Amino acid sequence: MATAPTPPAVRGTAAIRSENLCRHYRMGENLIRAVDGVSFEIRSGEFVALLGSSGSGKSSVLNLIAGLDRPTSGSVIVQDRDLAKLSREELAKYRLHVVGMVFQSFNLIPTMTLAENVELPLRFAEVDRQQRPAKAREALQRVGLQHRMNHRPSELSGGEQQRAALARALINRPQLLLADEPTGNLDSRTGTEIMDIVREFNRDLGMTVVMVTHERALAERYAQRMIFLADGKLLPESASISSAAPDAQGARP
Amino acid sequence: MKLPDLTELALRNLRESVLRNSLTTVGISVGVASLVAMMSLGTGLQASILNRLTKSGLFDTVYVSSRREMRGMGREEERNGPAPGESRVLDESARQEIERIANVSEAYPDIRFVTELRFEDKPHLTTIAALAPSAKSNDAFDTMQGSFFSSDTAPEVILQKSFAEELLGKRPPLGAPEPSVAELAAPLLGKELIMRYAQRAPAQSDSSLAKAGSENQSDVPGASYTVVSREQKLKIVGLSDLDPESMRGPAHARVFLPLKLAESLHVMQPTDIREIAQVSSGQPVYSSISVRVSNPSRIQPVEDAIKKMGFTAFSILDASRSLQQVFFVVDIFLFIFGSLALTVASIGIVNTLVMAILERRREIGIMKAIGASDGDVQLIFFAEAGAMGILGGIVGVILGWAIGQIINFGTNIYLKSQSLPPEHFWAVPWWLVAFAIGFAFIVSLVAGLYPAARAARLDPVQALRYE
Repeated sequence: MATAPTPPAVRGTAAIRSENLCRHYRMGENLIRAVDGVSFEIRSGEFVALLGSSGSGKSSVLNLIAGLDRPTSGSVIVQDRDLAKLSREELAKYRLHVVGMVFQSFNLIPTMTLAENVELPLRFAEVDRQQRPAKAREALQRVGLQHRMNHRPSELSGGEQQRAALARALINRPQLLLADEPTGNLDSRTGTEIMDIVREFNRDLGMTVVMVTHERALAERYAQRMIFLADGKLLPESASISSAAPDAQGARP
Repeated sequence: MKLPDLTELALRNLRESVLRNSLTTVGISVGVASLVAMMSLGTGLQASILNRLTKSGLFDTVYVSSRREMRGMGREEERNGPAPGESRVLDESARQEIERIANVSEAYPDIRFVTELRFEDKPHLTTIAALAPSAKSNDAFDTMQGSFFSSDTAPEVILQKSFAEELLGKRPPLGAPEPSVAELAAPLLGKELIMRYAQRAPAQSDSSLAKAGSENQSDVPGASYTVVSREQKLKIVGLSDLDPESMRGPAHARVFLPLKLAESLHVMQPTDIREIAQVSSGQPVYSSISVRVSNPSRIQPVEDAIKKMGFTAFSILDASRSLQQVFFVVDIFLFIFGSLALTVASIGIVNTLVMAILERRREIGIMKAIGASDGDVQLIFFAEAGAMGILGGIVGVILGWAIGQIINFGTNIYLKSQSLPPEHFWAVPWWLVAFAIGFAFIVSLVAGLYPAARAARLDPVQALRYE
């Protein structure tokens, strides 16, 4: 896996393809079908929202795309990689170089400064020590946090923390940005700020964005397409419904 | 992940829960300290005993004699070597040859004879032996009163305690406390003795003998020399409590002369008579020679070389070998007991790291989500265990060394109160320092195996599940 920034994938080709994707858990006697036969395709450079109520399986789908979890059956293919067939080691490399993730609860490491948090993926990627500070600074600059580099997460507001998390997701120049309720812990004004940055990543850097949310308004405003999930299954309207949001139109092929 | 990053992350994580990790590290330190204490006691005692043995002159000395003398002593030599009659004479040229063997520090003839000493006009018959200058470092003279010979040719004597008692007529009754050496030395040091002895002189120089005022010029039939009676004044310079019955040093002699002086006197020795028939050269012939080797470990090759020359050689090497086996067993025992504390401490590491996993579950999940491999996570925990091991090892070595210094100090106060020379029981050699730290490191890594594997196996989805 190359450590150099990968050029944005050609827009329009399939970035993510899932076929009959299943993820079942056993909880005592009960079998929980978190994801139950989901098939969809997301094109390169698309901004897609995964919508559904709590327990609909949207986060599970995101985790499967992120390579954090493995499907029980079916497949999820990201840029010609069948994630189900990758070894643990290969999955880690995939997460490191292909995927950037942001979470509802930011998930910065509390004992590290912002710069160190943002640098952490570079450590795992074994990027040269001398090059790291500049890269971290550049990433933090992009989210407007260059003046907060040496603060710990606890010294920052939620919005700032999520911006730092976005900088971290960006640092290895992945093609995919996966966001799990990125505005869930933020007020609407800060949430908008964050979403603007996500859209910027999508438009300017050509990153394919998959965002899990339960806020339909947010999805309509930012995403180009919405996929609806309920009880681990795709709702029929998903495939056809696409966002008519004016913001998204410029990016459509 | 690369080593510098790993070390940095590990140290940072250790700092984050400083109290818990310090306590764990202290545990390791105590374990290492006990290990160092045990091992250094072992090596210190060993060094101290070996030093004593070396100073006793037993373990670095090879006793050489001619095969003519030692008939039947070495069965092997008798079978393989030349017949006794044809074997080499232990003369001055042989002595010089032996001295040239590698690692031989000196080779000196053993001169020993029985003669009469007059003190305050009373004759006393005793065995006299010559001492090489190197004998000064022999521990037999550690507690000597007076001083060692001023030079190797000085007309001086050192007396053995029992002979001093005899001279002073102070034989203590059985059971009564022995008079101390100092008590005996006071009236004797600086006094003069007259030694009467038989000199061996070449037969040709009759005229010089006549001048020397010989009384009893007796020609041994077939001999190339004559025997002349002589007197030599000697000054008492020292008094030793060396036990004449012990194996140490020149045994069974009660009066000691400087070696060069003894050689120059050409005292008639009992063995001379037997040699008469064979000796043709004009060189002095010795009944036996003591060969001192620079290091006890070099005894064997020297002994072999001397045997190859055709002499009988004997050393107490075998005794020292079995002694080393005993040391080895003792060391193993001390090591096992010392390691026990470290083993207990290593369980502390397991506990601390397992706790850390529970606490840092989320952090592990985050690291995995942003691309850390199982190996990275494993290495981070491994590095933390290793760092605790090395830190604990370093502190432990210092602690162990300090304990040793205190015990050394205490022991020496006691030894001083018993008017014994100070000893260094406690030795922390560099190899022990390196070994202790290395051992602590390895034990810690082993202790880190399970927690690290457990951290690596952690499912990121579970770990990141919202609280």
